[in-house]
Amino acid sequence: MENRPLEYDYSVSKLFIYTALGIGFVGMLVGVVIAWELAFPAINTMFGDGAIAEYTNFSRLRVLHTDSVIYGMVLSAVWATWYYVGQRVLKVSMAESKTLMYIGYAHFWIYLVSAVVLVISLFMGITQSKEYAEFEWPLDLSITIVWLLWGASIAGLIGIRREKTLYISVWYYIATFLAVAMLHLLNNLAIPTYYASEGIGAWYHSVSMYAGTNDALVQWWFGHNAVAFVLTTPIVAMIYYFLPKESGQAIYSYKLSLLSFWGLMFIYLWAGGHHVLFSTVPDWVQTLGSVFSVILILPSWGSAINMLLTLKGEWQQVASNPIIKFMVLGSTFYMFSTLEGPIQAIKSVNAIAHFTDWIIGHVHDGALGWVVFMLMAAIYHMLPRLYGRAIYSKSLMATQFWIQTLGIVLYFTSMWIAGITQGMMWRAHDEFGNLAYSFIDTVTVLHPYFIIRAVGGTLYLIGFAMFIYNVYKTMTIGRKVEASELQNTTPMGA
Amino acid sequence: MFHWLEKNPFFFALAVFATIAFAGLVEIVPNFAQASRPLIGTTPYSTLELAGRHVYIKNSCNACHSQLIRPFKSETDRYGDYSLSGEYAYDRPFLWGSKRTGPDLMRVGNYRTTDWHENHMWDPEKVVPGTIMPAYRWMFVNNTDIDTAYAEMITVKKFFGVPYNQPVPMKDGTSKIVKMAWNEAENKSDLHEARKMALAEARIIVKDMKNQDVIDAVEVGRIPEIVALIAYMNSLK
Repeated sequence: MENRPLEYDYSVSKLFIYTALGIGFVGMLVGVVIAWELAFPAINTMFGDGAIAEYTNFSRLRVLHTDSVIYGMVLSAVWATWYYVGQRVLKVSMAESKTLMYIGYAHFWIYLVSAVVLVISLFMGITQSKEYAEFEWPLDLSITIVWLLWGASIAGLIGIRREKTLYISVWYYIATFLAVAMLHLLNNLAIPTYYASEGIGAWYHSVSMYAGTNDALVQWWFGHNAVAFVLTTPIVAMIYYFLPKESGQAIYSYKLSLLSFWGLMFIYLWAGGHHVLFSTVPDWVQTLGSVFSVILILPSWGSAINMLLTLKGEWQQVASNPIIKFMVLGSTFYMFSTLEGPIQAIKSVNAIAHFTDWIIGHVHDGALGWVVFMLMAAIYHMLPRLYGRAIYSKSLMATQFWIQTLGIVLYFTSMWIAGITQGMMWRAHDEFGNLAYSFIDTVTVLHPYFIIRAVGGTLYLIGFAMFIYNVYKTMTIGRKVEASELQNTTPMGA
Repeated sequence: MFHWLEKNPFFFALAVFATIAFAGLVEIVPNFAQASRPLIGTTPYSTLELAGRHVYIKNSCNACHSQLIRPFKSETDRYGDYSLSGEYAYDRPFLWGSKRTGPDLMRVGNYRTTDWHENHMWDPEKVVPGTIMPAYRWMFVNNTDIDTAYAEMITVKKFFGVPYNQPVPMKDGTSKIVKMAWNEAENKSDLHEARKMALAEARIIVKDMKNQDVIDAVEVGRIPEIVALIAYMNSLK
């Protein structure tokens, strides 16, 4: 056998980058539209209040926003990185196995078709209403197939690996696969009514296996951990690979990564109860949810600190390399939002925060600051390795970074104020013990914050458009680079 | 041990799965039997109410409205008694929501009326100045899917023993029967009868409505979504 470096096959990785960018842009655009709708309700009927209004209305679009950014953009990016990182850390090329290539392509195309059907079904209002699990049973089945294909790809690649020890990133990918499989299957157990009633009504409709409080308990066990295992663990997988690669620094501590991995695995699943505090689920479940949420700071900060300390002695890279900038700010936002979450999970704080915009703010500082920053950094790092071209423009990256950072700050500060203001107004009583404000008072007061949030979101979207432009230019006219330039710091044009 | 696991992917995966599955078993399983028991006075949804619930879900009303009153004075003052687990026994799926862009609706049937909803859904700003809720005028045009609601009734009766056509105990010691269309003679479903029953319910709602198109529609046997939605809203008590 010839003694030459492995040639990895990145064709599936490239496909997933396209969907991450495309669906990501559309999903965020929808988010910006609905943010403006909350500020100026007239936008709900921007195309008239006739038949079309149904499809431009906040309530129909909101779910399209959440699902397209979570399952469209983030999952695509996760898979784009898997089909890149997996081969590299396991020291094996996908092309060595025809089966693995077929699995990869099937994974992508079935995913894409499901995504299209999913968008249409949500526009039509076909939903089982459970947050982030809105899809009816036919789509649940196709999601299961997509997921199992990914599992087959992980198992297959591991099966033919040359590097016997699994790198940390692979731990996180495996955990993501297992946890989401379990959550998805159990939360979506439902009986199709068309078959149960022997042919009456809509064929796609189903009724949940769980009722009321149980349904809520299962759903938030799912909902919380879908966030954990779609928006956290695979992103940690990315940073454990891309930060050392980009910076040329070894991971600060293996023991810390052990502690934070197994700690996260054990603790995360308990914390779902914090979504149903003061509800009708048993008190002990609520208390467990609350306590474990606070403990969750430990493994979360463990990973983040491990990342930041990896840059020990190399902090000048934050100034010189925009990709490192994205990753460092991402880690910082990870620390920030994993501190904010536990604070909101404390019962007395939750009494004010729950049902308000503070929660929306929390989700977005994590999603925009941590998840999307990290996946953009990952894509920027991969591009020259995938296309043999240097990043088109470094200054565009830096500009994008600051525009988006400003956007995030506007977003979460306005939502903090909005949430706490509304939470306090709801509970305010006057000197006679009557409620001080009617509900509508607590809505109109939010108007300025809704505008600030919409501006923040718009800035972020502009930054994302710059990202797509930069990626497109890199793919098409970026300077051709030699393999020797691809060791650590990603080559970038001015 | 960890080094060994990292070289043995199968056992690694097994260990991860055991670690993550543990919490779910402890938190979710013990509560199942107890929490699904209905409270006395809680009745299943009628055909039109259930169809209205589907309209509520179709339009993601739960994205902005909760159905969960927490045990605080400020909440019971505003919305009524705090929620009890048994009240949700027939809610599949649950509709607690996670955000109150608009007020809670758990007991909206106690303080809002058919004509209020009709005006509000047609033009929210006229009824509540300053509101950010958009109008839902397509509900005055689109037809309600009664068949699917009926299919769901059959399903929940068959699989979960939801007591349709059976006396359900009420708080005052009497009992109430929520009817579901059923062909007793041949012991099979009766879609035609179900549609008739839904229409009869719709006629009662429409008596308090003024939109001529809706009134005309029900007159000829069509049920616009708004009628079903109002039936559902009125049932929330």
